[in-house]
Amino acid sequence: MALEFSPEALKQFEETVARYPKKEAAMLPVLYLAQREFGHLGPEAIEYVARLMEQSPARVHGVVSFYTMYNMKPIGRHHIQVCRTLSCALGGSERITGLIKKKLGIEPGQTTADGRFTLSEVECLASCGTAPMIQVNDEYYESLTEEKLTAILDSLR
Amino acid sequence: MSMEKLLLRNIGVTDSHTLAVYQSRGGYQSWEKVVRNMKPAELIEAVKASGLRGRGGAGFPTGMKWSFVPKDSPKPKYLVCNADESEPGTFKDRLLIEQDPHAIVEGTLIAAFAIQSHTAFIYIRGELVAGAKILERAVEEACRAGYNGKNIFGSGYDLDVIVHRGAGAYICGEETALLSSLEGGRGWPKVKPPFPATHGLFGCPTVVNNVETLAALPWIIERGAAAYAAMGTEKSKGTKLFSVSGHISRPGVYELEMGYPFKKFLEEDCGGVPNGRKLKGVIPGGGSMPVLRPEEIEKVNLDYESVQAAGSMLGSGGVIVMNDTTCMVRAAWNIARFYAHESCGQCSPCREGCHWMEKIFHRIEHGEGQAGDLDLILNISGNIMGNTICPFGDAAAMPAAAFIRKFRPEFEAHIAEKRCTVAG
Repeated sequence: MALEFSPEALKQFEETVARYPKKEAAMLPVLYLAQREFGHLGPEAIEYVARLMEQSPARVHGVVSFYTMYNMKPIGRHHIQVCRTLSCALGGSERITGLIKKKLGIEPGQTTADGRFTLSEVECLASCGTAPMIQVNDEYYESLTEEKLTAILDSLR
Repeated sequence: MSMEKLLLRNIGVTDSHTLAVYQSRGGYQSWEKVVRNMKPAELIEAVKASGLRGRGGAGFPTGMKWSFVPKDSPKPKYLVCNADESEPGTFKDRLLIEQDPHAIVEGTLIAAFAIQSHTAFIYIRGELVAGAKILERAVEEACRAGYNGKNIFGSGYDLDVIVHRGAGAYICGEETALLSSLEGGRGWPKVKPPFPATHGLFGCPTVVNNVETLAALPWIIERGAAAYAAMGTEKSKGTKLFSVSGHISRPGVYELEMGYPFKKFLEEDCGGVPNGRKLKGVIPGGGSMPVLRPEEIEKVNLDYESVQAAGSMLGSGGVIVMNDTTCMVRAAWNIARFYAHESCGQCSPCREGCHWMEKIFHRIEHGEGQAGDLDLILNISGNIMGNTICPFGDAAAMPAAAFIRKFRPEFEAHIAEKRCTVAG
């Protein structure tokens, strides 16, 4: 069955588009909405958004693949993103990544077999004064220590 | 450092993010004054007289930027608040977004009025989900109080504010890339000229101002341009935020009067390099700017001109401190990797060059460096500089060259001994 928005999502889509001076300006928020609805933005989701936004699937694909926050493949329930840029590196981000890798048994770019965690290394998240840090889905966890990190990972079911 | 705080005046106050607290501290009185008593031209002149310069990194005079917007254009005009803070080592805008969102909203309203825009956007980087919610709530609160929306203060002036989330791309902090993104496309920079002031969002006159720039406006209107211009140096007026990170005792966001001595700031205000270690290098203005050696900051003051005279740039004010255990090859590789990851791919010198620089730094760091590698990186860097559509190319090229030029013996030892001689 082809992908489509729920009636609630469709209503939200229409409200979002109405906010903007031109329909195409709503592309990023509509893609967020689609990602929330469909879990990730695979080819079918891209085609659906293209139809809604009256644009070619190629253009929508180009937008989705440009930004790091749109996931073109399924990811785990908890997306752990370790900031690796200079301030965090000086603060020990490599140790943080190492601890996560060891605890979860995955490398950056991989998802645990139970679908619980995906691990990524990302660039600067504007949390340099509280390095090292990770972002898990929408939440920031800053000034990490080994104990703090372990407690965070254990709390994520 | 015992100066009055302009930008951080509400930080640390309980519930500083709410409208009630912001109003209780004089919030939105500047906005009311602007709408009731000022003409757009007067407002532009006042901000010109204040000497306020753009705090996103380039330092362009704000009032002058506004004055480039054509007054007689039949097209809609747009004001965009750039809250896409992504420069390595920079976290000042995030503090304002989370703790003083109404100062940003008020500044956005004032700037929009100056160019007579009826639609303003606050473009916030996608990762700051909490920050976007705080800003959205602030805009809603302000709208309910009649500060934005239709017929503001009964003046007939309408202004709609939209909080728009980016989706993860450093390049969108560059103003033309931000506009491409806001148009719903890839965040690709555009050739200037034409400048956004005449051909911006959807080809309409547009001004893009940084969060910190906008947050300074309510104070300037409240206290007057002369009071702002009385602070700072001859060419760098007012105060600026500095984000301090790395090997430093008291990291955080500081507000300083322009021209404050750099060394004194690091040693006294920030508590110096901890654990008995020594300073090895410091990046003064975010990851895009050339690193400075300790002896180079001796006489530097934190203003645009003084930092530039020392061979770097004030940029975003993102100060990254490195102690004497830091491997400069690894630091250079880290920064090169950032730019390789973030290059938008439009211009060949940047798209190819950033990846080559990253690969070569990587091989030096991993004991596989070859004779000639350093000159090769300097050559690549030189071929990127000035040869790209946007300043990203320079931002990638400058730090790479600076790390090599300033710490060359360390890079050479790394290549000769095929290992790190500093960090082990």
